[in-house]
Amino acid sequence: MKKFIKTLSCFLSTAVLMLAVGCSNGGANTPAPAGSSDTSGENSSKNVTVGIIQYMDHVALDSAREGFIEALKANGYVEGENLTIDYQNAQGDQSNLSTISDRFVSNKVDLVLAIATPAAQSIAGKTTEIPILATAVTDFEAAKLVDSNEAPGGNVSGTTDMNPIKEQIDLLAKLVPDAKTVGVLYTSSEDNSVLQAKLAKEAIENLGLNYVEVTVTNSNDVQQATQSIVEKCDAIYIPTDNVFASAMPIVHGVTAQSKTPVICGESGMVDNGGLATLGINYKDLGYQTGLMAVKILKGEASPATMPIESATEFDFVINGIVAEEIGLEIPEDLQQYIIK
Amino acid sequence: MLQIILGAVSLGLLWAIMTIGVYITYRILDIADLTVEGTLAMGAAIAAQAITSGMNPYAATALALVGGLLAGLTTGILHTQLKIPALLSGILTMIALYSINLRIMGKANISLLRTETVYSWLQNLGLSDTNAVIVLGLIFVMVIVCFLYWFFGTELGSAIRATGNNPKMVRAQGINTDIMKIIGLVLSNGLVAISGALIAQSQSFADVQMGTGSIVIGLASVIIGEVLFGKKNFFSRLVSLVLGAITYRIIIALVLKMGMPANDLKLFTAITVAIALSLPVFKTYLNPVKISIKEGK
Repeated sequence: MKKFIKTLSCFLSTAVLMLAVGCSNGGANTPAPAGSSDTSGENSSKNVTVGIIQYMDHVALDSAREGFIEALKANGYVEGENLTIDYQNAQGDQSNLSTISDRFVSNKVDLVLAIATPAAQSIAGKTTEIPILATAVTDFEAAKLVDSNEAPGGNVSGTTDMNPIKEQIDLLAKLVPDAKTVGVLYTSSEDNSVLQAKLAKEAIENLGLNYVEVTVTNSNDVQQATQSIVEKCDAIYIPTDNVFASAMPIVHGVTAQSKTPVICGESGMVDNGGLATLGINYKDLGYQTGLMAVKILKGEASPATMPIESATEFDFVINGIVAEEIGLEIPEDLQQYIIK
Repeated sequence: MLQIILGAVSLGLLWAIMTIGVYITYRILDIADLTVEGTLAMGAAIAAQAITSGMNPYAATALALVGGLLAGLTTGILHTQLKIPALLSGILTMIALYSINLRIMGKANISLLRTETVYSWLQNLGLSDTNAVIVLGLIFVMVIVCFLYWFFGTELGSAIRATGNNPKMVRAQGINTDIMKIIGLVLSNGLVAISGALIAQSQSFADVQMGTGSIVIGLASVIIGEVLFGKKNFFSRLVSLVLGAITYRIIIALVLKMGMPANDLKLFTAITVAIALSLPVFKTYLNPVKISIKEGK
């Protein structure tokens, strides 16, 4: 027992020491960044720092980020001149999101752009002061990022990537008029996809068609899921979905053989082998988010009173090569939207 | 800098509980138990669902513990009663938990922003978010370390430790090694679930993908702890696990702080773990004389 108490006290003192070291470390280092931000504040050309926290890599998220940076550039915030961008990508590992958020809070960045829902939730949990703009989030209210979409009320606002699902299903019916059964493919672990799939199934039923659905858990399942669904349906609908966005070439490999048209949630997926979409252009969405950021950086608005914005225009995108492969005739009024 | 280090310490303390769980199976029982990837998310899922349904956060965390115990029991039964190899039993439960976690949450992600959590009362006392996590994390870790130190000193605990070391000898003593393995797995997964529940409440969301890669983090923390902080007696081993988990987080935080390109992070993690794993080999190379002297004795 004596030894036990001795080791316990040893453990306790280590813990205290650890904290103390942490403190003294910080004490020695904090003045430096504080000082540097002070001097930059005095400069006539004010230097701002924007932290970008991105959940994972894929085309849509990357385009949103590019669009955001473009909007800042177009409005006088040029990277390397008066703008520092601290871009951090969690590579799909959620435990990294927390560390990245700490980094932004500690560096006292002027604004944070959070790309995808977990990233936004992570940074919103760490600060109630730094303005946060989120994009590629479908439902801000359900993610509890804002009080309401109209009046966020806190330090978070942004742009939603909610898809025009109904219009996409209409497009499917227009391109494949003799379709009777529509296959719906999505990832069961992605909230946004589940929500969109639900809306899609409703839209399909409203048109008097049947649906079959197959879900995957990760990209390893994609090939078999696609193979199993092409036998049961005349056309496939895939909502915006992180797994499918990266795995579209696999889907294309299967559907090109079975000559099944694939309508996707976003244009990046059409580039990678889908047939068509009427969708959000993530670069435009990022640009729109960037314009919101400019207002905040100029002190003209604050997130609490900026309603969640959604995309105003949707683009038709049709993959001409895929249409030829599966022998599908594109109606004349849509032919101008064919890419490739 | 202070914020980053403190952030890493707070996260490390929560992951330490998971690390101790991994240690129980990986080192004490000598089983690589992959169930934990599912259990971590399960702990988070149960706690998040219970809290958003209006349950007290501490009761929700306790409920997560129960879920974890059951997950461990499942793996234990698959392994010892149905004679499925340990690695495979763990993988089976892990896959099953993916569906179960989705069922528990009803969706893939539950937000805990603006919700009362186990940390709320400390935050209401005026502590910053990070400090609240550190204080509560320390309390949880100390209670768990003391409990395990006591438990593995009892006859039952010693039997579990002996099972991992020399099952034949243990059976010769008339102890049922299957029961010992089950208890170990149950205990381990219970701890991992608590860890998941606490992590979810601190990062303010539970997500079905949370557990992905967690076994690597757990093993890396165990090994970093052992290599850097020694393993003299059982108590210092437990403490070294905690320090190992914190060190792992600090390393990641410093790497991010230095501004390593985001895409290289995984590579760096793998290299860190490989170095930690191979340190004992290097030590042998560097001190051949010492060892030969020891062996000569």
